[in-house]
Amino acid sequence: MASVTDQELKQMSQEERVTAFGMRTEQLTGRSLYIEFEEDEGSNFTYPWAPDVDFNKRVEIDADEFDTTGANNKIRELMEEGYGTIVIKNPRGKHSLGVGILSRLNLIIEGSTGYFGVGLIDGPNVRINGRVGWSCGENMMSGTVLIEKNAGSTFGAAIRGGDLVCRGSVGSRTGIDMKGGTIIVGGDTGALSGFMMQRGRMVVCGNAGKNLGDSMYDGTIYVGGEIQSLGVDAVPAELTQLDKDWLTRKLSQYDLMPETGVDHFTKVVAGKQLWNYDNLEPNEKKLIL
Amino acid sequence: MCGIAGIIHRGKSSNVGQEMTSMLRSLKHRGPDSTGFAVYGANTPGDYVMRFVLAEQEDMSKGFDMKKIVEERLELVEERLAEHGAEVKHRESATDYAKRFIIHHTGDTELMARHIEDIEGVEILSMGNSLELIKDLGDADVVSDQYGLGAFEGTHGIGHTRMATESDVDIRSAHPYWAFPYNDVSVVHNGQITNYWIMRRQLERQGHRFMSHCDSELLAVYTANNLANGVTLEDSMRRSIGEIDGVFTYLVATKDQLGMAKDTMAAKPLVLYQSDDLIVMASEEVAIRSILPQEIDTTDPYDEEVFVWQA
Repeated sequence: MASVTDQELKQMSQEERVTAFGMRTEQLTGRSLYIEFEEDEGSNFTYPWAPDVDFNKRVEIDADEFDTTGANNKIRELMEEGYGTIVIKNPRGKHSLGVGILSRLNLIIEGSTGYFGVGLIDGPNVRINGRVGWSCGENMMSGTVLIEKNAGSTFGAAIRGGDLVCRGSVGSRTGIDMKGGTIIVGGDTGALSGFMMQRGRMVVCGNAGKNLGDSMYDGTIYVGGEIQSLGVDAVPAELTQLDKDWLTRKLSQYDLMPETGVDHFTKVVAGKQLWNYDNLEPNEKKLIL
Repeated sequence: MCGIAGIIHRGKSSNVGQEMTSMLRSLKHRGPDSTGFAVYGANTPGDYVMRFVLAEQEDMSKGFDMKKIVEERLELVEERLAEHGAEVKHRESATDYAKRFIIHHTGDTELMARHIEDIEGVEILSMGNSLELIKDLGDADVVSDQYGLGAFEGTHGIGHTRMATESDVDIRSAHPYWAFPYNDVSVVHNGQITNYWIMRRQLERQGHRFMSHCDSELLAVYTANNLANGVTLEDSMRRSIGEIDGVFTYLVATKDQLGMAKDTMAAKPLVLYQSDDLIVMASEEVAIRSILPQEIDTTDPYDEEVFVWQA
């Protein structure tokens, strides 16, 4: 398929757009549901209590001076004061740093974090100059998180939106139960990545461990390296030109574009033979009932 | 949940006691019930460090006679050591119920150990030329202070903070486990072994002894059995991934090696730091950062991965 411009995409129906993005192929059967928001709509989703911050107002805090709760409260306090760029120094593997930030913010963590870092966020741009522990970005709803080193297991568990990017390698069960958004891994990912994935996209530039995409309901996984094995009901699909365009755009955005391009990527989707996709109650019957 | 940690210095000694205490202190939230250390110092061929308990900590407050009973048990231990030709060169008491003897013995240590453990309430926690195995109820600071671990110099060690889920809160169920009767071999484990009883019965039929109902003890006995059959530590750990069911990450230390293995699901965490002269691992990064505060590169071992490092 030839490249499609953003303008053309906007004019397509949702059904056409989903097909154009290669989210379905002819070999698949059953029902697929994608809810896509208008790009411009994203900016309207702000919480009424979200503090009005100025990105040019910058402050540094030393995590050594706080426990986790204290550090997270300090971030909120600084946001209330209008600071839009907050730098956390000396995180030293603390758990749950930067969780629950529900508005725009530039958060820079200089070092490594422990479990559940920047989970449940909705809007901030986060950069972590170290490694992150298990479940980084869990349940994130929007924003971007960029990790410079490696990440632990269950990276981006149940993520709903935004971009979660790790330049290094990640552990097992990456994107487990993910419901939207994009996960990008510069290196390898472990076993059972994409387990019970429901929506969204995962890109792995390196190798993927065994049982990739096991029991996935929907969504798309792209792998640049070797796949040890596919999980139950995960099937390879055609890599369309739109997939390649999207991969190129997305990987270039985070400086992760492979020198060899993206033609070699394998696309994996749900076979939809589980969960009785083809045995859903017909709408007509529902109406009668 | 439980927390595990390990450290190995290559080609040099360090204050391993303090390093392990610091790491396990950081993992207290993963298990406050008991804490244990297996640390390895200077090798003394011919002389064995024997650490043993004469009662459980909670037994000491039961009845007026307990102190007398413990003294009687200690006398019996001394008698049986003499019976087996062991010369006690040094005696220490960290508590009324926990003892540390340095003994010189050239005979069959397994036979001697079994005879001593026939005494009611007596359990040998460890025996070895370089191993010091300490475990008790309480957090890392309490146990480390109680047993004077802070000043311990050595090459490597493993440790455990326990949240009791499968068995009682007592010293018997605390980690590390000594791989009886293998001198200097100890094991810590985070996880749950689901074919525990099947494996235990198999090993018991081969004559192995179990002192607790803690599933983690199985890994120590399993390792001892493999070593007794001439299997290398690395092969034993690789074999365990296929033979032992459940979710587990475990560490094994010998007098000059430290190994780790992760199950097929990679369901239990471990963070690993490796450099040319130092390897550190722990259930959580925060433990590693407690001794290496500078920015370092760490990784998560994948499913079915096994590493064995030489001291």
